[in-house]
Amino acid sequence: MKSYREMMALAAGVLAASLMAAAPQAAAETKVTRVPLPTVKIEKGEKCVEPTDEMRRNHMNMILHQRDETMRRGIRTTRHSLKGCIECHADPGTHSVIGKDGFCESCHTYAAVRIDCFECHSASPRHSGSGHQSAAPGPAALGEGKQRVAAAAPAGICAP
Amino acid sequence: MSLGRRDFLGLGVAAAAGVAMAPGVRLIELVQARSPEEAASALQRWGLRIDTAKCTDCEVCVTACHEENGVTGHGRPATDAQWIRKVDLRDKRTGHAQTLPLMCQHCEHPPCVDVCPTGASFKRADGIVLVDKHTCIGCRYCVIACPYGARSFIHESVTDQKPDVPRGKGTVESCTLCVHRVDRGETPACVEACNRDGGKAMVFGDLNDAAGELHQRLRKEQSSPLRPELALNTGVRYQHL
Repeated sequence: MKSYREMMALAAGVLAASLMAAAPQAAAETKVTRVPLPTVKIEKGEKCVEPTDEMRRNHMNMILHQRDETMRRGIRTTRHSLKGCIECHADPGTHSVIGKDGFCESCHTYAAVRIDCFECHSASPRHSGSGHQSAAPGPAALGEGKQRVAAAAPAGICAP
Repeated sequence: MSLGRRDFLGLGVAAAAGVAMAPGVRLIELVQARSPEEAASALQRWGLRIDTAKCTDCEVCVTACHEENGVTGHGRPATDAQWIRKVDLRDKRTGHAQTLPLMCQHCEHPPCVDVCPTGASFKRADGIVLVDKHTCIGCRYCVIACPYGARSFIHESVTDQKPDVPRGKGTVESCTLCVHRVDRGETPACVEACNRDGGKAMVFGDLNDAAGELHQRLRKEQSSPLRPELALNTGVRYQHL
């Protein structure tokens, strides 16, 4: 009968061998996967406002909570705000978190979760230059857009 | 030691008076710029005073508002959003003409809030009436309920929004009193532009702040809300109308 030590050494050897055999296979799987993986590029800052696992799982709850705090109560802290996300994660080239390689969109495409935020919210940070120039309305557009309303004269001044 | 009822009450009154008179203690706190963590408070009520005698035939308030908030049109006046517009009044008998800017009047008792079926239209603690577009379903009851015609519906997809001012198709919007600027301690874009390039007809401030310019002027000078018969107690008041 083999001693306990010998059995442990044997088990460790078997485990190591199986891991070594599995490692190249796993790497190969990552390369040949049929699903395009998201491009997660971290451009700014050393770490996120919460640990990465927490952010991946719960970021939607954080921005949902912050949304109501800001909208309803006027609390404008940036730690969990959508604007805070965009400030750091906007692509330096496109100044945006959406688009093919955008931080938000690439992951949401991978997870097949529709992202509604940017139907209304700007996907660019505040002083990016992009978005602002095109957003600035020309004088002609405003002139056409405005509507002058001729209201009736206040009653009672010169009523016959 | 035993205190009679009268002595006890007398002492209580004296103590209360002492606290009220003590230096550094105020019955109503002075208004200060809020920190970002602090919620809007009912101690403040933001308002505007517009002097129609000084309001000239310019459009700087409209231009500044739409620039600040990224309100762009499609060249279709019937359906394009308007957060603020110039209204011309003319007395048919005398020909006396006036012009004034008209926007959300930020009522104390807003009809738009009363009719909203989802609670999207709401009044913030500091009196600013807003639309929470996350819950707005675009039913447009508020557009009909507003006696000032201040609300607009967004009919078409919007792009290039300002980061501070989200706007999107299928929701209702109106003047926010530049709430993003007010929360930073600034004045609304229309007021800033009017005092810089226009007729200096607008004053923005806290209606509850007895030491503030707005409160002082409204106390000294006659002013009135639009359509006072509705008793909405608007935050925007007009002079010389």
